[in-house]
Amino acid sequence: MFAPLDTNIFDIAVVGTGVVGCAVARRFTLEGARVVVIEKASDILDGASKGNSAILHTGFDAPTGSLELSCIREGYQEYAEIHREMGLPLEKPGAHVIAWNDEEAAQLKQIVAQANNNGVTGVELIDAGELYRREPNLSEHAVAAVVVPDESIIDPWSAPYAYLKQSLENGAAEYRNCEVRSGLFDNGQWLLETSRGTLKSRYVINCAGLYGDTLDETVLGEAEFKIKTRKGQFVVFDKAAAKLINSILLPVPTEHTKGIVVTRTIFGNVLVGPTAEDQESRSDASTDENALSSLLASASEIIPALSSVPVTAVYAGLRPATERKHYRIKARPDRNWITVGGIRSTGLSSALGIARHVFGLYSKHGERLNPIVRPKIPNVPWLAENGPRDWQHEGHGEIVCHCELVTEREIKSALAEPLAAQSLSGLKRQTRATMGRCQGFYCSARLAELTQEHFDAQLSVGGDHV
Amino acid sequence: MSDAVNSAAANYDVIVIGGGPAGLSAATELKRLGVSRVAVIEREPIAGGIPRHCGHSPFGMREFMRVLSGPQYAKKMVKVTLDAGVEVLTSTSVVEAMPGGRLIITSNKGLEEKTARRIVIATGVRETPRAPRMISGTRPLGVLNTGALQSMIYLKNQKPFERPVIVGTELVSFSAIQTCRHAKIRPVAMFEESDRVTARWPTAEFARLVGVPVQLKTRLLEIRGNERTSAVVVLDHNGVKHTIECDGVILTGQFTPDVSLARNGHLAVDPASGGPVVDQFGRCSDPAYFATGNILRPVETAGWCWNEGRKTGRWVANDLAGKLSQQGRKLQIVTGDNIVRFAVPQRIQLPYGTAGMQDLQLRFSKSAKGNLVALSDNKVVYKKRMNVHPERRFLIPLSKIVGSREGGRIELRFSELKE
Repeated sequence: MFAPLDTNIFDIAVVGTGVVGCAVARRFTLEGARVVVIEKASDILDGASKGNSAILHTGFDAPTGSLELSCIREGYQEYAEIHREMGLPLEKPGAHVIAWNDEEAAQLKQIVAQANNNGVTGVELIDAGELYRREPNLSEHAVAAVVVPDESIIDPWSAPYAYLKQSLENGAAEYRNCEVRSGLFDNGQWLLETSRGTLKSRYVINCAGLYGDTLDETVLGEAEFKIKTRKGQFVVFDKAAAKLINSILLPVPTEHTKGIVVTRTIFGNVLVGPTAEDQESRSDASTDENALSSLLASASEIIPALSSVPVTAVYAGLRPATERKHYRIKARPDRNWITVGGIRSTGLSSALGIARHVFGLYSKHGERLNPIVRPKIPNVPWLAENGPRDWQHEGHGEIVCHCELVTEREIKSALAEPLAAQSLSGLKRQTRATMGRCQGFYCSARLAELTQEHFDAQLSVGGDHV
Repeated sequence: MSDAVNSAAANYDVIVIGGGPAGLSAATELKRLGVSRVAVIEREPIAGGIPRHCGHSPFGMREFMRVLSGPQYAKKMVKVTLDAGVEVLTSTSVVEAMPGGRLIITSNKGLEEKTARRIVIATGVRETPRAPRMISGTRPLGVLNTGALQSMIYLKNQKPFERPVIVGTELVSFSAIQTCRHAKIRPVAMFEESDRVTARWPTAEFARLVGVPVQLKTRLLEIRGNERTSAVVVLDHNGVKHTIECDGVILTGQFTPDVSLARNGHLAVDPASGGPVVDQFGRCSDPAYFATGNILRPVETAGWCWNEGRKTGRWVANDLAGKLSQQGRKLQIVTGDNIVRFAVPQRIQLPYGTAGMQDLQLRFSKSAKGNLVALSDNKVVYKKRMNVHPERRFLIPLSKIVGSREGGRIELRFSELKE
């Protein structure tokens, strides 16, 4: 059922297509490598990158001097540089770190100092009066806040999709439903045995996210870290909530947690989360009623008017944390292997920076490459509220998903190569179909019709009753 | 900004948003009363609304004096509307409703602006999907509302599952059973959280008759499954958890007005009814906008909505003729406890006359016996002994509530009598 694999020797095999894998594939392709991208799921972004808070962080609160900080800084910078030509949205509402009591207020100076040390500019203390002028719907009793003007919101799926698409359009190969089962390193070359056959590559970059340690164990025989899945549940409020807040609202972090964020999304909703729950399973992204109810309660404590806004969606994301807080990126030049592990919560912001860092590690030992002079720029769908959408243009066919105004043309394009969606969740990430307030009440039947023969798990299991 | 409301330059005299029973009958009535330029904007490829998706009987008793199936009924309504000279724009969506009678719409032609002197919102209701119900568990395929199920089965000849469970016992829940039977889908069980079936007898008998056990005081706790639904966990009346194998979940009812145009726009929304705030003519907080049908409140039958739309058409025609006052005092009607779920209309334009809605439409949040009390300045102005149930229609003559009051507000409460 799948096309046969390319039997030529690749320069780089990237295992995993989360945001990190996509960014790494793009970087190596642009630097001139012949890249193959391998994903075990039927669609990209199916693991940790499926659910996050969709914020592009400045790194103001990252550990000073850390690799994480430098990757966030570089990632932020590169996203800001490329987003226009790549057709990727970026909105800069800024963040407020809010102190709700004197004890928290006492920590704000330290937050400003750390931001300054981290090279994040424009960060300053404001008093309650100024805070309420900026956020009039905030509940009472806020004492003071720190403003981080450059904290931004992006589309968490179109960005990695664009990275990978640029990689593919500039010569990379991509295999989904393709799981690495074992590998043999011989004579400077990897033979990777996958569920779809053998792939040959000179170098391997492990971007397997939630399965980063198991891939190292399976292929290298050992892993230097152990993934400890941390689940974060989120609640998404109806678009009516967007007028209630102007920025990203953060609590003062504690020793244990960064706390609950209330933020607008680039799609015009309001997002509240995440919880932080350690669990054994690396795939169980189930939500639970109690956690969601407590998120709702937290949201109304921060913005009381949210209590009368309907909930549009709930989801859980799984973060690949490890025993330690820091990133676990390590090159094994003796085995032509780089592991990019433990990218637990800032991956969306840091991915482009991580990709540059990984390329730097490779360059110390790997073969010299000739960068592509004029790389092709991919065309990606624009799904953000702050720019023209497809429904505004002639010839879109019809609106299929009315809540999110997803057109027939957008659906058909997401079902076409490259990176044709092969599952409903993949299609959702590429188009937003069914992600609105009715969650498919109107469009499920039409979607089942449009996606027939495209998905392994069909929306309709039969139909011979008429 | 152009103002279409008082202008002959507007594209239409009236645009009706939504081509279901209420919208089509409002438009038809407007034409019948001599309003010349009337259009219905319908986002689906064919007008007809929910009945078009609902392949079973009975529809049309009130309007056409015959028992019809949903699609037959929808077809007949559309024919009557077109014969009356209404322009029906299908596959066209209203994206934004703005002050001054301006609408942003989209169709295959792309973005357009249309203006009208009056706009009638008749966008109906939808069922509450999974997320706002806060059900625990994974998110597999096969979890649907009745509406999605009906379109799949009746419009597209699809089948989302073979052995689902049904959550809820409203009228629509039994429509879900009928829909399943049509596609030879065999529901495993039907769950109801409260201690009684929500819909009127004999619907529950029907479920039992076709072999679907109805389990009362049973709450859906969790949905399981990876790609597809594999089981649900329910909590029974004894507080015991059960895992029930099934390949789908039909989440029925808990209707909510499809009010996003109003909510995201400039019209006031009543959090109690979930619909726009209206006066006795169905007039919204922006008097260029009217609302009719199920957007006013969850939920009525197609026949009721058709009738309601016809009356609204008459009121809008009167307004265009300058016969509807917007000056003068207003009386607010508010709900004051958690037994009275909502009351429509929320506002009375005074002086109150015989034109407009004759009844206050009420819904209650639970089954209770006691007195409905209307208070004005803490004085009882109306009192009625009632046995109330959730999701049932209760009507109180507006004249009795309004009386000779000259403004202010009326608060409705329900004082329960303990047995």
